[in-house]
Amino acid sequence: MARVIFRWTVLSVMGVFFLLPLVAMVEFSTRDAKTWPLLLDWPRLSAEYPALAEGIVASLAQAALTSLLMLALLVPTAVWVRLRLPRLRRLVEFLCLLPLTIPAIVLVVGLAPVYAWVNYFLGGSSLTLVFAYTILVLPYAYRAIDAGLSAIDVKTLAEAARSLGAGWATVILRVVLPNIRSAVLSAAFLTVALVLGEFTIASLLHRTNLQVAIEFLGKSSAGVSVAVSLAALLLAFVLLLVLSLAGNSKKGRTS
Amino acid sequence: MAEIVADAPQRVAGRPRLRGAALFGTVPFFAFVTIFLVVPTLTVVIGAFTGDGGRGFTLANVRALTDDYIVAAFGRSITLSASSALIGAVVGAILAYALVTAKPDGLLRRLVTAAAGVLAQFGGVTLAFAFLATIGLSGFVTLWLQEHGLDPYANGVWLFELPGLTLVYTYFQIPLMVIVFLPALDGIRPQWREAHVSLGGNTWQYWTRVAGPLLAPAFLGSTLLLFANAFSAYATAAALVSQGSPIVPLQIRGALSSEVVLGQANLGKAMALGMVVVVAVVMTLYSLLQKRTAKWLG
Repeated sequence: MARVIFRWTVLSVMGVFFLLPLVAMVEFSTRDAKTWPLLLDWPRLSAEYPALAEGIVASLAQAALTSLLMLALLVPTAVWVRLRLPRLRRLVEFLCLLPLTIPAIVLVVGLAPVYAWVNYFLGGSSLTLVFAYTILVLPYAYRAIDAGLSAIDVKTLAEAARSLGAGWATVILRVVLPNIRSAVLSAAFLTVALVLGEFTIASLLHRTNLQVAIEFLGKSSAGVSVAVSLAALLLAFVLLLVLSLAGNSKKGRTS
Repeated sequence: MAEIVADAPQRVAGRPRLRGAALFGTVPFFAFVTIFLVVPTLTVVIGAFTGDGGRGFTLANVRALTDDYIVAAFGRSITLSASSALIGAVVGAILAYALVTAKPDGLLRRLVTAAAGVLAQFGGVTLAFAFLATIGLSGFVTLWLQEHGLDPYANGVWLFELPGLTLVYTYFQIPLMVIVFLPALDGIRPQWREAHVSLGGNTWQYWTRVAGPLLAPAFLGSTLLLFANAFSAYATAAALVSQGSPIVPLQIRGALSSEVVLGQANLGKAMALGMVVVVAVVMTLYSLLQKRTAKWLG
C-alpha cells in the first residue's frame, strides 16, 4: 500500500512538472485568438511570415532528404559489412557512434571549413545541411538498423537469394530491406524527429530551418513563435511516441 | 582436364581481387564519413594547435584556454552540467523506482517510458520557448504567482542565468535518467531481497548493503552520461541567453561569429577541443562503469 501511494505521489508531482510547460505554451499561444487560425492558413502565413514559411519548407525537405541519404548510405553498408567484411564491423560501428561523443557545437567548428567548399560547389542552399544532419543521426540510425539486422539471419537469406541467381542489388533491396522494414522505419522516424528539432548547425552555418525561423520570430512576435514551437513539438511527440509504443508492443508479442 | 587446370589458378588469384572488390562496396560510406565527420574532427584538433594565418605549430591557442574568462566559462559549464546531472539523476532514479514497482507490462509503465523517450530528446529552441511561456517575464506561472502576491523574480531575473538554465536542463535530464537507469533497476532480482529478509535483514540494511552497492555503478554511470549530455547542449542555452556568453558553447558561438574581427580564428577550435576532452573523459568513465553494471546486473 505504501508503495502504491509512493508511486502515485511521485508520478503526479512529475506529471505536473512535465505537463506545466506544455499547458503554459497552449495558454501563451491562445492569448491572441488569431494565432492558431493563422497557422492553419498556409497562404496567409507565408504572406505574413515569409521567413517562417521558408523555415518550415526547408525543415520538411531536410527531414525527407536526410532520411533518404541515411538509408542509402547505411543499409547497404551495414548489410555488406555483415556479409563480406566482418572485420570492418568494429570500425563502421566506431565511426557511426562517434558523433555521440562530439557535441554538435564542436562539429560545427570543424564543419565550417568543409561547408566553405560545399558553398563553392553546391551553393548556400539550406538543403546542403542534409550532409551534416546525416552525420548527426548516424548513431541513432545505425543502432536501429543494426538491431534490425541482428534479428534476422542475413547470411542465410543472402545465400539463398544468391543461389537463386539474385544480384547484390536485389539481395539488399528485395530480400534484406523488406525483412528489416520496421528497423528502417524507426531509423527514419528518429531522423525526422531529430532534424525537425535541429538548431545548432543550421544557425551557426547561417542557413535556415524551422528552429532558426522560430528563434528569429521569437524576438518580434512571441505568440506565433510559441504556437509554432508547440505544433512542431506535438508532431515530434506523435512520431516518437508511435515509434516507442510500436516497438514496445512488438517486443511483448515475440517474447 | 584442361579446363580444371585452367580453372584452378584462376580461383586462387580470384580471392584477393574479390576482397578488393568487396571493399569497394563500402567506399560511399567511408568517403562520406571522412568528409563530414573525420575531416571536421581533425580540423578542430589540428586547428587548436595552429597559429593564426593557417600555418605553424603553436600552443598559443591552448594556452589561451587559461585566460580568466575562458576558465570561468568552463567552470560555469561544469557547474551547470554537474548540478543538472545530479538533480536529474536523483529525481530520475526516484521516478524509475516508482515505475519498477508498477506492473512490468502495464500500460502505466509503457506510457511513462515512451514519454520519457520523447522528452529526453526534447531540447533546443522549443524547450527554451516552453519555459519562456511558463516562467518567462509574462509566462503563465509567473503571472499566476504574481496574482497571488508572489514574485519569483523579486530578487532579479534568474531564468536567463545558471539557475534558470539548470531548471530548464532538468526537463530533459530526468527523462534521460529514467531511460538509462530503468534497465539496471530491472536487473535487481526480487529473490535477493527475499534472501536478505529471510536472513534477518531490514529494509535500511537492504538498501545500504545490497541494492545500494549493486546499483552504485549504474547510478554513477548514468549521472556521467547526463553530465555529458548537459555539457554538450547548445541550442537551449543559445535560445535562452541572448546577452553575454556564460558557458563554453556560447563562447564558441562568439568565437565563430567574430573570428574575422578579432584575429583569433583558432581559439574557438581550442575551446572545442577542450569540450571534446571533457566529454571523452566522462564517456570513458561511463563505459567503464557500464561494463561493471553489465557484469553485476546484466
